[in-house]
Amino acid sequence: MKSQGLIRSVTKSAIAAGMLATAAFSAPAYAGPTLDKINQRGAIKVGVGTTPGFFAPDSSGKWQGFFIDYGRALSIAVFGNPDKVEFTNSSPQQRLPALQSGEFDVLLSGVTVTITRAFKLGFHFGPTIFYDGQGILVRKDLGVTKAADLDGATIGAQSGTTGELNVADFFRKTGKKFTPVTIEDTGQFIAALESGRVDAITQDSSDLVGKRTQLKKPDDYIVLPERLSKEPLAPAVAGGDDRWLEIVNWTVNATIQAEEWGITSKNVDEFLKSEDPAIQRFLGVDPALGEAIGLDPKWAYNIIKAVGNYGEIFDRHLKPLGWDRGYNRLWTDGGLLYSPPFR
Amino acid sequence: MPIIVTPGPRRPGFHRRLLMWWGNRPLLQVAIIGLLAALFALLATNVGDTMQRIGISPGFDFLWRSTNFEIGESSIPFSASDPYIRAVVVGLINTLKVSLFGCVLATVLGVVIGVAGLSRNLLLAALVRWYIEIIRNTPLLLQLFFWISLAKAFPAPRQASAFFGSIYLTNRGVFVPSIAVEGLPMGVATAVAILIVVYAVLLFTLFRAGRLNSRNAGFSGLALLFAFLALLQLAGADITLEAPALAGFNIRGGYNLTPEFAALLTGLVVKFAAVIAEIVRAGIQSVNRGQWEAARALGLHNSQIMRLVVLPQALRVITPLTTSSYLDLTKDSSLAVAIGYPDLVSIINTTANTTGQSLEALLILIGTYLVINLAVSALMNEYNRRVALKGTSR
Ligand SMILES: N[C@@H](CCC(=O)N[C@@H](CS)C(=O)NCC(=O)O)C(=O)O
Repeated sequence: MKSQGLIRSVTKSAIAAGMLATAAFSAPAYAGPTLDKINQRGAIKVGVGTTPGFFAPDSSGKWQGFFIDYGRALSIAVFGNPDKVEFTNSSPQQRLPALQSGEFDVLLSGVTVTITRAFKLGFHFGPTIFYDGQGILVRKDLGVTKAADLDGATIGAQSGTTGELNVADFFRKTGKKFTPVTIEDTGQFIAALESGRVDAITQDSSDLVGKRTQLKKPDDYIVLPERLSKEPLAPAVAGGDDRWLEIVNWTVNATIQAEEWGITSKNVDEFLKSEDPAIQRFLGVDPALGEAIGLDPKWAYNIIKAVGNYGEIFDRHLKPLGWDRGYNRLWTDGGLLYSPPFR
Repeated sequence: MPIIVTPGPRRPGFHRRLLMWWGNRPLLQVAIIGLLAALFALLATNVGDTMQRIGISPGFDFLWRSTNFEIGESSIPFSASDPYIRAVVVGLINTLKVSLFGCVLATVLGVVIGVAGLSRNLLLAALVRWYIEIIRNTPLLLQLFFWISLAKAFPAPRQASAFFGSIYLTNRGVFVPSIAVEGLPMGVATAVAILIVVYAVLLFTLFRAGRLNSRNAGFSGLALLFAFLALLQLAGADITLEAPALAGFNIRGGYNLTPEFAALLTGLVVKFAAVIAEIVRAGIQSVNRGQWEAARALGLHNSQIMRLVVLPQALRVITPLTTSSYLDLTKDSSLAVAIGYPDLVSIINTTANTTGQSLEALLILIGTYLVINLAVSALMNEYNRRVALKGTSR
């Protein structure tokens, strides 16, 4: 119990530092050290958050959500089985060093792609799977309608998030004042809003919409329509293992490409009979692509069969919460989702 | 007249001292040191190489870049455009602030509770037992969550009413009037601060030396205060009493004791008062009963016996144990992270996250805690030397 916080943070950083040291002892493994580790362990370790719709344990304790399904898809790609994956909730602050130190193989926790994280934290990002923006959650009775109305307010942010930095930028840019309260623990962060310690909290809008539903009186609060930033959320992996990164990349691409072709979990078996050579390659009827990646030739088929295409995943978890596809539509529908060709 | 020098024992020569230092097996010593140095060098170059490969440049240059984040609570002015080094100092001051107040208050409360626990009043003694058992057997983190939710249960600023005209108890903390000195150049302010400290030390030394009785010391102190206020006025400073008042979303002005600070302080004090109470009890019980009886025979009454006879002897047991409690308290203050008080650890974590320089951040953290703890230990050891049995060592 003694000095938990200190010890926890010291060990985290020490592990990260240790990894940096040992990483150099071992020659850069050509075959993909992460995949070796995963195969040895028999499971993929995934860092997640806790927000309804995106990642939350259901009544039986099984993780469910949009990001969770991508964890399952990875498990299918590697093991041909959706359940060889361990999800662990970790605070936005703790999970970045945890990824650096190899405690997680991948973060599917709504991490924003930023240049600092790529170059200073040494992360690589897969394709963006959710185009988001930073929002503000506030009590309705404050009568606030836009961020600029919050001049002089006390605003909560979560430590280690892009939101903590964006809100400081926003007030510097607009020349207004605010009092920050920065909290690491997610429960305390929400409690600060409910108890009135802060006038508003700021986070990714995906997070706020989900967290709002968990408040004691959701109807007393509103997520302002304004977005303070661009928050492209993508899977993050530690740098230095290209092969693992590519598996993550193409797992995501497979769900997007399947939607573009209209392949769903229901009709995927019919597509096995397709005459289209591109679809034959995609579903592994022609095994060349699977062999090239070093996975089961039917990996994409297995993913679609079990979790469905991007649209199915979105509709299953986010539609019930009232989410509109918005930017997260296929490029063919005027959105931003675009898979490179499978060839 | 010739000066007669009586020869003392001969100082060992350089060669001899070197031998004493090396011990019996100098070669082995050299080999081990060499090996350690080589290992360390290997580790250091490896860390450097890997960081370079990932694209992180090792070094402390980042300390001079802007942080781009805000800090909720700071004793010195801070904004997002200030450099990391300043943020680290803000965190350090916050840690020192809560630890210092924590140690002082926990000691006072701990001594009172420890003494009360030995009371012949059974109800009181039982109450103390309960307090100590409950507090010592629940995790501090849980206690902190309890205190922070209590601190936030006060009314919102808009609903809060003022006590004595200008003291507000709200879920944003306690607001009290503050004395604001404005329009004073930095140099003058520093000079004044230094003068005050020098004068206070002077008064204290005179007082200790018995050259000053407490009444005179009090008067001199007051005189000093007024003299300085007058001086400030002459220097062109505006001295105003700033009363807090509701403005917009928040109460503005005055001094704000935040709920996070209050909860952390309360949690640490309540926890460590229980620890120190146990130490005090053990210390008092370690004093031989004969001492009580002898003192009573001299006609001293109970509180005198405690103050003049028992406690001074008990201090020998109490001091070293309390020292380690102080060190624990300082380290435990890092649980601040969980409830949102920006202590050193929380600032260092954010720094590591936003700069990627986790190794450097870690070094700063370890170095700083080491210095704090060594300083506390040194101070307490000095104090321990004073209360230790005299005569045996001299
Ligand atoms: N996108 C931001 C914030 C990430 C973030 O905090 N995500 C949310 C979920 S979308 C979260 O993990 N919240 C804390 C939790 O759920 O425990 C970043 O990368 O810094």
